[in-house]
Amino acid sequence: MTVLTIRDALNQALREEIIRDENVFVMGEEVAEYDGAYKVTRGLWKEFGDKRVVDTPITELGFAAVGVGAAMAGLRPVIEFMTWNFSILAADQIINHAAKMLYMSGGQFKVPIVFRGPNGSAYQVSSQHSQALEAFYANFPGLKVVMPSTAADAKGLLKSSIRDDNPVLFLEQERMYGLKGEVPEDDDFTIPLGVADIKREGTDCTIVARSMTVPLAMQAAEKMKEEFDVSVEVIDPRTIKPLDVDTIVNSVKKTNRLVIAEESHYFASVGAEISHTVMEHAFDYLDAPVKRISTAEAPNPYAKNLEALALPDVDKIVAAVKEVCYL
Amino acid sequence: MPKLSPTMEEGQISRWVKNEGEAFEANETLAEVDTDKATMEMTALSGGTLLKILKGAGDTAALGEAIAIIGQKGEDISALLSESSSNGSAKKAEPTEPVVVESPAEKEQPAPQAETRAVASVPVKEDAPKSNGRMIVSPIAARMAADNGIDLRSIAGSGPQGRIIKRDIEEALADGGKARPAAASKPFTPSTIVGASPFRDENTSKIRQVIASRLAESIGPIPTFYLTVEIEMDNLLATRKQINANLDDDSKISVNDIIVKAAAMSLLKHPWVNASYQDKHVRFYEQADIGVAVAIDEGLITPVVRGANLKGLSEISAEIKDLAAKAKAKKLQPEEYTGATFSISNLGMMGIKEFTAIINPPEAAIIAIGGANPTPVVRDGQITVRSIMNVTMSCDHRAIDGATGAKFLQTFKQMLESPAMMLL
Repeated sequence: MTVLTIRDALNQALREEIIRDENVFVMGEEVAEYDGAYKVTRGLWKEFGDKRVVDTPITELGFAAVGVGAAMAGLRPVIEFMTWNFSILAADQIINHAAKMLYMSGGQFKVPIVFRGPNGSAYQVSSQHSQALEAFYANFPGLKVVMPSTAADAKGLLKSSIRDDNPVLFLEQERMYGLKGEVPEDDDFTIPLGVADIKREGTDCTIVARSMTVPLAMQAAEKMKEEFDVSVEVIDPRTIKPLDVDTIVNSVKKTNRLVIAEESHYFASVGAEISHTVMEHAFDYLDAPVKRISTAEAPNPYAKNLEALALPDVDKIVAAVKEVCYL
Repeated sequence: MPKLSPTMEEGQISRWVKNEGEAFEANETLAEVDTDKATMEMTALSGGTLLKILKGAGDTAALGEAIAIIGQKGEDISALLSESSSNGSAKKAEPTEPVVVESPAEKEQPAPQAETRAVASVPVKEDAPKSNGRMIVSPIAARMAADNGIDLRSIAGSGPQGRIIKRDIEEALADGGKARPAAASKPFTPSTIVGASPFRDENTSKIRQVIASRLAESIGPIPTFYLTVEIEMDNLLATRKQINANLDDDSKISVNDIIVKAAAMSLLKHPWVNASYQDKHVRFYEQADIGVAVAIDEGLITPVVRGANLKGLSEISAEIKDLAAKAKAKKLQPEEYTGATFSISNLGMMGIKEFTAIINPPEAAIIAIGGANPTPVVRDGQITVRSIMNVTMSCDHRAIDGATGAKFLQTFKQMLESPAMMLL
């Protein structure tokens, strides 16, 4: 085990996969000479050159399309969006082409592509740059959606995503790039897509969290233990689609209470999907209505104080857990 | 007029939800009643027809006074009408007492039930809340109740709008589970004291009124004075040792348990101390409900051992352990920490030799217990060492005079110094 930041764990995953498979290449704005806007691709251009690490103009739709075409032709592109907010410009390529090609070509063209970049809020980057888009993309059949919350998960899941024959959207979080965690040194270390991780075991209440809300949920769980002697289980699905329904449902069958913490907006969110899934599979086990903590139903504010109020935080999660535990 | 709050003596009809001649189902709300605490719903236990309203909206009725006649449609109520107009009692008119549904505002204070608790597999709570007659149950609670054969109608829901939740079923199971095997293994038979102490009010005599007002003028709303007594604890400690030798670790009794018992028994011999000064009258309680101060993180709470005079040491001990645990877990219900007739505060275990405690109104007195320390004393002209415990009683002078308090402490001292006295 070595201790790495999520940023460096992603970098390792890219490097190892570039070395392992000559079809893998990285493409996006500033990913080569500048080492990446958030330094995830640091050193890769120097080491592997222009053919494997490709700078693009500021043309999201264009380079996403080049990526989809390259994947259809047999390569394994990793396309970086400087933020997922900019992917909206490339949504046609992702939703209409990458997601549909295998189906519409009658199985002739698979699209083994990874789109990756930071998702959700950063620090005061305001409404257009703070959106969490997982629910939007997860709605479309044909796309896998992955959201890591630790360095090990980031590395293992990115390697699996690159090796997957389907388009995978890999959603990181700018606030979390510096988070450190232990990562196995094995250069063939992967984590299968579609498998949730129980980040903390508990018996009284389940919190399903992903990406940025995982560390918040862990703190909330600790607080509930210390202040109320409530044992909270924290589950990180890691892959939003396909969703590991069994792990979540089994947890709720044990704890009877569920809080979902997410950074996206409330309406039609992944949390709503999980809530429905639990209602479907564990209705008879619920002791309280499922509670969701999401970002406020408003364009994300620029002002620091308002931004803090809009986003999920430990206190909001604690309050939700108390509510479902009738405390 | 049913009892809709623990402390109400009369209720005012806020409004009748059902009109005369209207039929109703069980659990339907008949009327809303303003009690001393909140507006409560009065609901029907069984179906019927509201035949006659005797007290309209805005009218006040004392507990037990007839407010309406219910029965079957077309029933002849002329006899009942003349009876209720002559003596105001409608007991016969309401063959079944209405079930009381608590409004959300009042839900923290379920009315204490004064009947013997049935020792069945699952304890029955009489005031099962329903929301508009519809029972609300969480899915897991419903499933657990079905699996364990629990009748949900016997459960009082503690969730929002009276929702029956997992915790309620767990508690019912725990209560039921306790009741069955406990009969064989527990060292005592649980007594049947459930509610707060009954009492009688005696009109305040002129002299007491003058004493009360003069003293209050002098020192504040509760003119307090203090009496301290030294109590030799050696016999009691030896007795306790003997008792505990025959008990397993979970059931061992503490000195404090014995103090509670001794105080309770002494109180019954000194009614003025087991009393409450209430301006126009002095209220004398018939049983000793002892408030036992328990320190918790946020401060202090005094759970109440009801009828401690009638309970054995083991039962008192078990009850105090249970109440203290609930207090620390913040799970005490209001009726478990209000309405004591007398309080005890013990700081002996914290190394305090002697202190004065503040009276918890409307109680008339509180005793402050210091630690029992080996102390040189003179006995038969010889200096010898005995375990001496200092006890200071704070007395509300409006009810208790110096001599009254002193006599109480004499009895209390006698009981602790000769524990066999408690057998009498």
